[in-house]
Amino acid sequence: MDEKTVVVRDLVKDFPGVRAIDHLSFDVAPGEIFGIVGPDGAGKTTTMRILAGVLAPDGGGATVARCDVVADPEGVKNLISYMPQRFGLYEDLTVDENIRFYADLFGVSRRDRESRAGELLKSCGMSEFRGRQAGKLSGGMKQKLGLVCALIHTPRVLLLDEPTNGVDPVSRREFWVMLYSLVGQGVTVVNSTAYLDEAERCHRVALLHQGRLLFCDSPARLKSRLQGSVVSIVSVEARRVRDELAAAEGVSSVVLVGDAVHLFVDDAERRIPDLSARLIGRQIPFDEIVRVTPSIEDLFVEAVRKDSTRVAA
Amino acid sequence: MIERLRQILLKEFIHLFRDKQARFSLIVPPLLQMLIFGYAASYEVNRVSTAVLDFDHSQESRDFLERISASSRFQVREVLQNESQIPSLLDHRRVVLVLQIQPGFAELLRKGQTAPIQAVLDGTDSNTALIAVEYINQIAARFAQDYQLQLADRTRPTLATFAPNIELQERPWYNANLESRWFFVPGVIGTLVLVSVLQLTSFAVVREREIGTLEQLMVTPISPTELIVGKTLPFLIVGLANVVFVGILGSYWFEVPFRGNILVLLLGTTLFLSSALGVGLLISTVSQTQQQAFAISFFYITPAIMLSGFGYPIGSMPTTLQYLTNLDPLRFFLVVLRGTFIKGVGLSVLWPQMIAMAILGAATLTIATLRFHKTLD
Repeated sequence: MDEKTVVVRDLVKDFPGVRAIDHLSFDVAPGEIFGIVGPDGAGKTTTMRILAGVLAPDGGGATVARCDVVADPEGVKNLISYMPQRFGLYEDLTVDENIRFYADLFGVSRRDRESRAGELLKSCGMSEFRGRQAGKLSGGMKQKLGLVCALIHTPRVLLLDEPTNGVDPVSRREFWVMLYSLVGQGVTVVNSTAYLDEAERCHRVALLHQGRLLFCDSPARLKSRLQGSVVSIVSVEARRVRDELAAAEGVSSVVLVGDAVHLFVDDAERRIPDLSARLIGRQIPFDEIVRVTPSIEDLFVEAVRKDSTRVAA
Repeated sequence: MIERLRQILLKEFIHLFRDKQARFSLIVPPLLQMLIFGYAASYEVNRVSTAVLDFDHSQESRDFLERISASSRFQVREVLQNESQIPSLLDHRRVVLVLQIQPGFAELLRKGQTAPIQAVLDGTDSNTALIAVEYINQIAARFAQDYQLQLADRTRPTLATFAPNIELQERPWYNANLESRWFFVPGVIGTLVLVSVLQLTSFAVVREREIGTLEQLMVTPISPTELIVGKTLPFLIVGLANVVFVGILGSYWFEVPFRGNILVLLLGTTLFLSSALGVGLLISTVSQTQQQAFAISFFYITPAIMLSGFGYPIGSMPTTLQYLTNLDPLRFFLVVLRGTFIKGVGLSVLWPQMIAMAILGAATLTIATLRFHKTLD
């Protein structure tokens, strides 16, 4: 059966003076980890809140696990778990009390709660902290406790809004391990993030810019679909390289990535000699100039550029 | 539904009692305020610092000033020699009253004429000044009466018994000794419970907004109504406990009698608190932080106390303000408090106040609930 778990059709949401979501459509298949990627203000949180049934759209519609979020926003709440950037934990309540509180709100029976809480806490390595007050946990542990609370009622769809924002790398990895094991249990995950390396961990991603969907596909296919190629130039004076080559022939966009400059060019093999000659002529030092596989970040910058020129034209 | 509600109540009480600071602020401030108000709040004027200036130096003038200094209402601090000393004394608040007797005081009295006494007062504290004048008047009237009798006795002994006079026999009901503490203590209970319940309610909601749990609750199947009940019921219970606790303090420590029915008082408290909870919720819908909620709550509390008849009689207010007091639930609650404590009256007397509080409470809660729903979207 190929029924989609999340269906978003032509969604529109306006806030005073700004269109936050602009005719957005996408589908999420069962058991998928779906990434909504975009910079701040792209409309990620707004999309999440509409899917969670707490915000009514101005146009279009969406269904989550066959429940229409516009017609039955309360019904959605039993099927999903929504985890915002900071999960709302009660800091003066202990780990167990927080779990119990959320379990009771979702009508989870005591027996189910006990077994599921034990399982979830164990899988994220928090079994020995059950009696500790949530306020005394580290940031990463708070986020994991948030996930435990969000999962205590076994949702069909898990909506995560930038869940690893400001979380240390180790906790982040553990967080992803939990997500993968959830998918194994048949939970569908919709995950928004501004971190492009996280987007690469998703099965499919939707790139959002100013409320519009730029494209939606698997990370690998997005990369292969990209026209042109990326040239990476490593230099101690990366900024000068960027400024010098931004307007060079065949270069469509430039982005700084650490101490390297990534250039989108129409044909890497043909342009590399010209580019290096130009840098040498200007006496700008550089260590290497090679063709690289584009990252999601490169794709994003290029996609946004194309989108802006489209809007300008 | 019941289970969800039970959990929210339980959680709210954990919030209230787990934190040391929260426990402290639940018990100590009401206790302190009750003690401070119980002792400090009083209309009685005693030991008014007084200076006397006697230009007459007669038997009569000395007699009169003797009566002043013998009264516990006045304390003669200075005996002056000339008028130039007066301004400095009043400026520095060394005295608030100067009694001045002009030469010829005794002579006028002996001739059976009206003799003046001048009272110079510091009018800054107009209430004390008014009451002090009233006391001087009483002493002067008694002095004149006694003097008249003496004079009559000396001049025409046979007619001594013929001296028409009126004697006022004071029989204050409910508070025989007219102790102003009996008036104030029930009032303090009302204002205390208003302040604490109002702030607890608004803080409880705003705190959830601040830490982000309000948004979290919105994505759970809990309904706004369950949330509102869960967020207000604990403070209704706290408020009722507060009234009982502070009431016991008032009647045992300050010996203010409780003559009525405790159930009538608790009914009145419940009706009154529905308004306080509603206003607390309303404040929470317009506040983003607890500081904001704290500041806004004062915009309500101050006029609510001013218009309640807590300290200033409603009957003396301008008519427009008197109408306005009908919107103040504390006004009706104070009648219920004083009625149950001092008068010992029941529902047959207090029903209009109960109905008024029920109407105000229902209106406030409805508005608050509607606005609360709106701010959640």
